[in-house]
Amino acid sequence: MLEVKGIKEGIVIDHIKAGNGLKLFNLLMLEYINCPIVLVMNVDSKNLEKKDIIKIEDKFDLDLDKLGLIDSNITVNIIKNNKVIDKKNVTIPKKVKGTFKCSNPRCITNSDDYISPSFKLIDSKGTPEYLCEYCEEITKYDGYLLNK
Amino acid sequence: MNKVKHLIEPDDLTNSEIESLISKGMDIYDNPKNYSDVCKGKIMASLFFEPSTRTKFSFDSAMIRLGGNVIGFSDASTSSTSKGESLADTIKVMSFYSDIIVMRHPKEGAPKLASMVSEVPIINGGDGGHQHPTQTLTDLITIKRFKGNITNHTIGFCGDLKHGRTVHSLIKTLSRFEGNNFILVSPKELRLPEGLKYQLTKQYGTKFTEVETLDEVMDKLDVLYMTRIQKERFFNEEDYLRLKNSYILTNDKISNAKANMIIMHPLPRVNEISYEIDDDPRSVYFEQSRMGVFVRMALITTLLEEAK
Ligand SMILES: [Zn+2]
Repeated sequence: MLEVKGIKEGIVIDHIKAGNGLKLFNLLMLEYINCPIVLVMNVDSKNLEKKDIIKIEDKFDLDLDKLGLIDSNITVNIIKNNKVIDKKNVTIPKKVKGTFKCSNPRCITNSDDYISPSFKLIDSKGTPEYLCEYCEEITKYDGYLLNK
Repeated sequence: MNKVKHLIEPDDLTNSEIESLISKGMDIYDNPKNYSDVCKGKIMASLFFEPSTRTKFSFDSAMIRLGGNVIGFSDASTSSTSKGESLADTIKVMSFYSDIIVMRHPKEGAPKLASMVSEVPIINGGDGGHQHPTQTLTDLITIKRFKGNITNHTIGFCGDLKHGRTVHSLIKTLSRFEGNNFILVSPKELRLPEGLKYQLTKQYGTKFTEVETLDEVMDKLDVLYMTRIQKERFFNEEDYLRLKNSYILTNDKISNAKANMIIMHPLPRVNEISYEIDDDPRSVYFEQSRMGVFVRMALITTLLEEAK
C-alpha cells in the first residue's frame, strides 16, 4: 500500500469521502499555496470504505469554514511538533461569499464582475440550500458550482 | 459614505413608515399646491436599463410635480453599461450628478448592488421578476383611499399568481397589517409559489384559501385584485377552455359582489377585465395608477428629507 508519512507541522484533513479530495483541493485553492501538499486518494478507511486525505505542511491560515460545504464528516487536525494539538469540527457554513454561483440566471451576480455572489444558509439538511443576498433565489449547493 | 435610506423592497420599510408614506401621499393628493416646489433645485436620475414607460413616467411626473428636475435614460443601449461598464460604476457616477436615483433593471438584485455604492437614495423601480416596491405602495394607497384603511380586509387575488411579482409583494406587505385575509383564485398550475406560502404562514400567520373560480368567492371580497393571465401559461387547452370565462371580469360576474368592493389591477390589462366594467363605481384601476404618482411624490420627498 502507498505510504505517506505524517507531517511535523501543519494541517491534516482526514476522513474525506473518497472522490471529494480533489473538490476540497480546488475549494481551498491549494494549487496557489507555496508549501508541500499531499493529496491522497482512495485509501482504505476503518469508518468509510475508501477515503481521501490532504496534508499541508507548515501552513495554518486556511479558510477551513468552507470545508463543510463539501462534506461535514471531515476531521481537521492541527499538528505541531508531530502532535495533534487541535481538532476542528467542520460545519456547514452559515454565510458563503464568492464560492459558488447563484443558480438564478437573471441574478445580477451572474453578469456583473463588481460583486461576488453571497449567500445565507437556509437549510442544512441534505444538500445545503442557500438564499442569495441579491436576488433572494435559492441555490442548492451540489459541489459542482465552484468558482465564478 | 453617508448612510442613506433606500427602497429596494417593501421590507425596507417598517409598518409605520408605510403608513406615514400613505398619509403623506393622501395629503399631497388633497393639497398638491403645498408640495409644488418642495424639491426645487433637486435632481432625480431616472435610470431605466429596461423600458417601462408607465413606471418611468409615473416617477418623472412625481418629481416634476414636486418642482424638481429629471435626468436619465429609458433604454440601456444609451447608457455606458452597454459599452461594458459595471453597473456599480454607472451608479457611483450618477450619484454625483443627482440627489436621488430611481432605477429599473432586468437583473434581479441590481438595485441592491446599486444601494451598496450610491451616495444618494436608490429607489427600485423593478428588478426582473424580483421586486417592485413602489407598485406595492401604489396598491396600498389605493386601498387606503377607497376603503379607508389597509387592515381587516378580505382580498381576492385572481389570475397568474405564480409569476406575478406585484401580487407577491402586496400579499407579503398586507400580511404585516392586522386582520387581512386572502382568497387566491387561479388555475392549479398558477398558484402562489410554495416557498412564498410557507413564508407567509410561518412568518406572519397569514390566512388564505385557494380556489379555482371567482364565482364561488365573489360575494366575500372587499378588494378584488386582478392580474393578467395568458393562454400560454396554461398547461393544457382543456383547462384553458374550462377556466377562461371564470377569469374574465364582466358585469354579470360582479353582480353579486359587495357594493363597496373595489376592483384593482396593476395595468396594463389585456382582456381579463372587460371594458364594460370601467364604468362601474367599484372599478378603481385607473385611479390606482393616478395614486401611484402621489405615493411616489411622498416617497421622493421622504427619502430626500432623510438624506439631508
Ligand atoms: Zn442571486
